[in-house]
Amino acid sequence: MHGGRSMAEFLQLLVNGLAVGCIYGLVALGFVLIYKAGEVVNFAQGEMMMLGAFVAFTFIVQFGLNYWIGLALAVVVMAAFGGLLDIVVVRRIIGQPQFSTVMLTIGLGVMMRSGASMVWGPETRGLPSPFDKTVLQIDGVVLSAVYLAILVTTALLCVFLLGFFRFTRVGLAMQAASQNQLAAYCMGIPVKRVLSSVWALSAGVATIAGVMLAPISLIDPNTGAIGLKAFAAAVIGGFGSIPGAVVGGILIGLIELFSGVYLPEGFKDTAAYIVLLAVLVVRPQGLFGAVGRKKV
Amino acid sequence: MSHLMEVRNIETYYGPTMAIRGVSFDVSQGQIVTILGANGAGKTTILKTISGIMDPQKGSVSFEGRDIQRMDPDRVVRLGISLVPEGRELFPFLSVRENLQLGAYTRHDHKAVASDLERVFEYFPSLKMRASGPAGMLSGGEQQMVAIGRALMARPKVILLDEPSLGLSPKLVKEIFEIIVRINRDSGTTIVLVEQNANVALQVAHFGYILEMGRIVMADTGPALLEKDDVREFYLGIKDKGVRGVRRWKKRKTWR
Repeated sequence: MHGGRSMAEFLQLLVNGLAVGCIYGLVALGFVLIYKAGEVVNFAQGEMMMLGAFVAFTFIVQFGLNYWIGLALAVVVMAAFGGLLDIVVVRRIIGQPQFSTVMLTIGLGVMMRSGASMVWGPETRGLPSPFDKTVLQIDGVVLSAVYLAILVTTALLCVFLLGFFRFTRVGLAMQAASQNQLAAYCMGIPVKRVLSSVWALSAGVATIAGVMLAPISLIDPNTGAIGLKAFAAAVIGGFGSIPGAVVGGILIGLIELFSGVYLPEGFKDTAAYIVLLAVLVVRPQGLFGAVGRKKV
Repeated sequence: MSHLMEVRNIETYYGPTMAIRGVSFDVSQGQIVTILGANGAGKTTILKTISGIMDPQKGSVSFEGRDIQRMDPDRVVRLGISLVPEGRELFPFLSVRENLQLGAYTRHDHKAVASDLERVFEYFPSLKMRASGPAGMLSGGEQQMVAIGRALMARPKVILLDEPSLGLSPKLVKEIFEIIVRINRDSGTTIVLVEQNANVALQVAHFGYILEMGRIVMADTGPALLEKDDVREFYLGIKDKGVRGVRRWKKRKTWR
C-alpha cells in the first residue's frame, strides 16, 4: 500500500522527526536537570516551555522587538521565574514525601496553564521566526529551514551545556550537588542557591524549546501537554541521564512521525507510549541508565 | 580562655531521640584531639553539629571566639572548619582531580590552589595516577585519601575527621594516620579525630575524650589515656590478670 513512498519523503520525515524529537529532548533535559539536582520531578516542565513561548511571543510580536533580542529577554525572564519558583515554593517542600512534590508541581502546571489563558487568551498564536520563508531543496528533498534551525540550535545548546557542566565553577558545583548533597555542603557549596540556579537553567532551556516549537505547531495554553511526551522521553533515556534525555526525545519524535505515515491511523499518538512500555519491560533502567547507584 | 574551639553543653536530637546529652570539650590550636567511643555513642553527631549539618537544641559551639552553632554548613566551611565525613562521601562520577578541586570551592586564589593540589598528590602519590578517573572507582583506602585531600584543599584551620580508619586494612590505617600526623606537623592544622579504633587514635592524639551514651566520661592527654586501666580494658582489649591469676568477670567501668 505504501510501496510508492519515495526516498525523498523518507528523508523529509527523518529531518522533521529529528526536529520534533529535539524539542521533546530539550524539555526532557529540563526534567532530568531538576530531578538529578534536587530529587524533584517537575511535572510543570511542559508548562514552563509553554510559558516561555508566550513570553517570547509578547516580546517579539506584541512589543515588536527583534527576534533574537526577544528570545534572549524571554530566556532571562523565564530563568528568573524558574529560580524564583524554587526559592518561593519548591524549596519549602524539600524533605517531604515524593508524593507531595508530585502534587505540587502538577498544581503549579495547572496554575501556569490557566494563568497563561488569562493573560494571553485561549486562542492559538503563531510566532514568526526568521527561518519561516526559507526552504532548502537538495536532490529533490524539500527541507524547511525551520526544522534545520531546530537541529542546529539543539546541537549548539547541548555543546554549551556540556562545556558548562565540565568547565565552569557553577556547573561543577551543580554536578557535585546532584551527586552528593551532603558532601557538596561540606565543600562550602551553597547548595540551596545552586538548586535554584538549576531551576533557572532548566526554565531557560524550556523557553528555547518553546520558541523553536512555536513556528511548527503554533502555541496555546495547552501546548504544555507536550511535557507528557517529554517525560516519556526522559524515562526512555534512563531518568537521570542528560544525553539519554536528548536521545530519548529524538527517538520519540522519529517514532511519532514515522508511525503517523507508515502505520494505520491512530498509531501516531500511541506509538511513543508503546515504545516507552517496551523499553521499561526490556531495560527498566532506561537506555542510558546510570551505572552506579546514586547515594542520597 | 584561648582555645581555638569551645563546645559547651550541646544537646542534639534525631527526632525524639537524644543523641548527645550535654557534651563540652575544648580544642586547642595546633593539636590533634580525639574523641573515642563505641557505636552509637554520638561521635558522628558531635562532628555534624560542629560543621552545621545538624543543629543542637541547646548549647554552643564557639570558634575563634565566635558562636557557630546553627550556622549553615557552607558558611562554617568558609570560617575554616572542614569535615571529612564518615564513609568518605565523594562525588562518585566526578574525577579525582575534580573532587579535590571542589574542596577548594570557597577559594579564589587559583595559583595557591594549584600548588595545594600538588601538595595533596605529594601526600598521596597513588592518587596522582588515578587523577582523571572517576572517584567512585577507587578502592576504600584511596577514597579515604581523596576525602582527606579534599578537606585539605580548603586550607582549613581545623579538620574534623570522622572515623578515617573505617573499613581499611591495618596497613592502610597506619599510612593514613602517618599522613594525619604529617598534616598536623607541617602546617599546624588542628585536627579533631573521631574514632572507634582507640589504639591508633591515642597513639597520635595530644588530647583525648571518651564518649559514652552521649556524654563525655573521661578526658586526659593521649599518653595518659593509654595508661588508664579502664581504657586499656574496654577500648584496647588488654586484659590484666588479677592477683589470683584469674580474671574477674564482673568488672565494671569506674565511671559508671
